[in-house]
Formats: sequence, structure tokens, C-alpha cells
Amino acid sequence: MMVSILRSIWYTFLHAFRKRVTVGYPEKKPYLPPRYRGRIVLTRDPDGKERCVACNLCAAACPVDCIALQSAEDKDGRRYPEFFRINFSRCIFCGFCEEACPTYAIQLVPDFEMGEYDRQNMVYEKEHLLIDGEGKYHGYNFYNVAGVDMGVKDPGTGENEEPPVDIRRLIH
Amino acid sequence: MKDLFIIAGVLLIVLNLAAGLIYIERRLLALFQDRHGPNRVGPFGLLQVVADVIKIFFKEDWIPPFSDKAVFVIAPGILVATILLTFAVIPFSADFLVLDSNIGVLFFLGNSSLGVYSIVLGGWASNNKYSLLGSIRASAQMLTYEVFMGLSLVGVIMTADSFNLREIVEAQRGGWFIIPQFVGFVIFFIAGLAETHRTPFDIPEAEGELVAGYHSEYSGMKFGMFFVGEYMGVTLISTLITTLFFGGWLGPAFLPPIFWFFLKTAFFIFLFILVRAALPRPRYDQLMEAGWKILLPLVLLNILITGAILLMRQ
Repeated sequence: MMVSILRSIWYTFLHAFRKRVTVGYPEKKPYLPPRYRGRIVLTRDPDGKERCVACNLCAAACPVDCIALQSAEDKDGRRYPEFFRINFSRCIFCGFCEEACPTYAIQLVPDFEMGEYDRQNMVYEKEHLLIDGEGKYHGYNFYNVAGVDMGVKDPGTGENEEPPVDIRRLIH
Repeated sequence: MKDLFIIAGVLLIVLNLAAGLIYIERRLLALFQDRHGPNRVGPFGLLQVVADVIKIFFKEDWIPPFSDKAVFVIAPGILVATILLTFAVIPFSADFLVLDSNIGVLFFLGNSSLGVYSIVLGGWASNNKYSLLGSIRASAQMLTYEVFMGLSLVGVIMTADSFNLREIVEAQRGGWFIIPQFVGFVIFFIAGLAETHRTPFDIPEAEGELVAGYHSEYSGMKFGMFFVGEYMGVTLISTLITTLFFGGWLGPAFLPPIFWFFLKTAFFIFLFILVRAALPRPRYDQLMEAGWKILLPLVLLNILITGAILLMRQ
């Protein structure tokens, strides 16, 4: 019994020379992996247009209901969010919105330094969320792979898409 | 006039050391647990002590309406007073001591017995069942370990042929008492841990079972007195180990004697903190059993053998 007590004291002493587990945070920034689920952004497609089509799937998937948006259509009939609001004081950074998004518009990026002195500042509007780049998925344009004509491509010219079939020819 | 300077010096050193130990303990515990500890306030976090002291002074000093108020207020004072009184007989060096008493060791033992009152009264006056349980444990533990603490020093006293702490140090010029009195040292160290109720013998305050034991109801500077009292107790036991077993201020002449004293004391404070970091708390009955069934026979045997050897030498 005595030996085990002395041994545990000795091993504890040896811990004094181990590498520290704590990271001195503000001076030393920790490494955040690329898939880190942090601040939420809205991205643009390669043409510089908003990727978001205001389908509301992210708001539906959100377990804490922190996303609010209103859809609208521009003159081409392309849908976009009139406002897009994320309340980060509610957000739990689960990433469900990113998984639900059909257009890769909403993305979680490796950044967690979002502290605010005023709670109201935790509510991010579209102008705070929207970034100029494509985020984690480069070269992806939803309308290139979707069948809908929204002025991005002509019918049948999209990726993995065959030319349209002339229905009448088959009939006669 | 010189006496006043020495008294002021001892008070200054002891009180500042006790406050500083809060910081040192946190840093050392962090060191043993692969952390950094407080390093934000000031250089190396040194001003943490100042911040803590300011905070504790400005806390609400709440006296529970259901408590026994007079006793409740006095209790923490008793602890600090008994420990500070004991520092009077500690010889920091040959001429830096307050009281060159020929009953130094007895004075220390008497004062540490009085220290039990602080905890018992504090727990009783709190009028809280957890506090009372804590103080019952504390009184039983401290009375038990008081016995070995006294008996473990008998070997030293017999060898040095004096109760005077200065003369005990002088008697160690030929060799420190740690070698002939190793058993006495080990038992004194364990009893010292129990007397200051430091982990692993902190069962009077066992936060998992008794909230905070006898000082559950205390807040503000009254809690601070208990807190600082604990660190002063650690310092006291370390200085006593240094004095009784490790030759006090004796050491190679290239450094002043008082420096050797503080160096040795610092080592034992370090050891106290290391033991806290390493060992879990024993069960209450285990503590009592280890005390009465193992340590008491050992310490009596130590006295017997020391006495026999001393008689043979005559």
C-alpha cells in the first residue's frame, strides 16, 4: 500500500514535465480542421449570384429554429431570399442546415470567434451572412445541374443532362 | 525595538506567504495536471493574488440568521490566531525568532490543539447539519492525529534533549534528525497533513459529501480566514519539519542561514501540494484505522528504539 502511494506521488510529479494540454488561446490559435462547424455563411455561385433559392429546407431542418427567411422572385423568376436571418444566440452549430441545403448555399466555416457584448448583435442579417466567394464547394452552380431554365443554361446543356426529347416524334 | 521589527517581519512573511500560496498552489496543481493555471492577471498571473484578495474583501459578509452569531464570528479568528501564535517560536535563523522559548515544541502542540476549537465551533455555530458533520469529523481526526504528532516528536526531543526549537536545530549540527528519526519524520508529515486537513485528509470538508464541511456557511473574509489559515497551517508544518528534522537554518555557509531555512520550507510546501495533486481522499474509517492501528504502534516503537539507543550510548 505504501509503495503504491509513493509511486502515484512520483508519477504525479513526472507530469510536471509533460506537454501542456491547455492551449493559451488568444495568443495561440488552435488549428481548426476545414470541416469545423463554426460561423454560418451564405455563399455565391461561380457567376457571383446568390446560391440560395429560399427553399426553406434549412429553416425546417434547424432543430432550434434559429433560421428565418422570406422567399422572393427576381424578374427572371429566379428565387432568392428577401431576408435571411440567423439568430446565433440560439444556433447550436449542428450543421443540419448545411446538410439540408440542396444548393450548397448555406455553409459552416471554421470560425468560432463570434462573441458580442450586446445580445442583439448575435442576430445576423443577410448582409452579414452573405460572402463573396463560393465557400467550401468551388465551381458548383445549382442551375447547371438542375433542370429548370433560369437563364444559366439552355435546356439539355447541363452537366449529366441529355438533350430534350421531342415528344411528338415518338408518338407518330 | 529589534523585537518589534522581528515580530513585524515574521507577520509580514507569514501572511504574505499564505496569500501567495493560493497562487503558488494553483500554479503547481496545474503543473502536475498538464495545465497552465492562472497566468492572465499580471506577469505570470502573479497579480491573481491581489485580484483574489480584493474580491474576497468586497464579498458580502453574510452571517446566517439561524447561526450562533458571536461564536460564528469568533471561530475563524481562533484558527488564524493559534497558527500565528505558533510562528512565534519558530526559529527562522539563530537570531531571527520572536520567542526563544524553552517549551517551543509544547507551545506548538498546545496551539494546534486549540486550533481544533475553531473548526468545531465554526461547524457548531453554523447550525447546519453538514457543517456539524464536518466539524465532528474534524475534531475526531485532529484529536487522533494530535496524538501521533506529539509522540512522533518525542524521538527528536529525546535526541536533542530539549523542547527549545532553537536548541533542537543547534543539536543537528552533527547531522540532521531525518536520518535517526526517519519514522518520526514520516509520521509527523502524515499527522501534519491531517492537522491542516489538507487533501488527502480533507474529510472534514469533503466537498463531495459535506458541501464544504465546517465552513459551508462562511463567506467573504470569514471564509478567507479559514482559507488563509489552511495555507498558514501548511507553512507552519513545513517550517516545523524543516526545524525538527532537516536542520532548520543550518546549511553550507555560502548562503545566509535564513535562505536555507526558506529553501527547505519551500521544498516541503511543494511536497504538500504534490501530495494533494496525487492522492485521493481515504474513507473516514480508513483514516481512523490507519491512525490507531498502524501509526500509533509505529510511533511507540520508534520512541522505544530511540530510547534504547540513547540509553546504550550513555
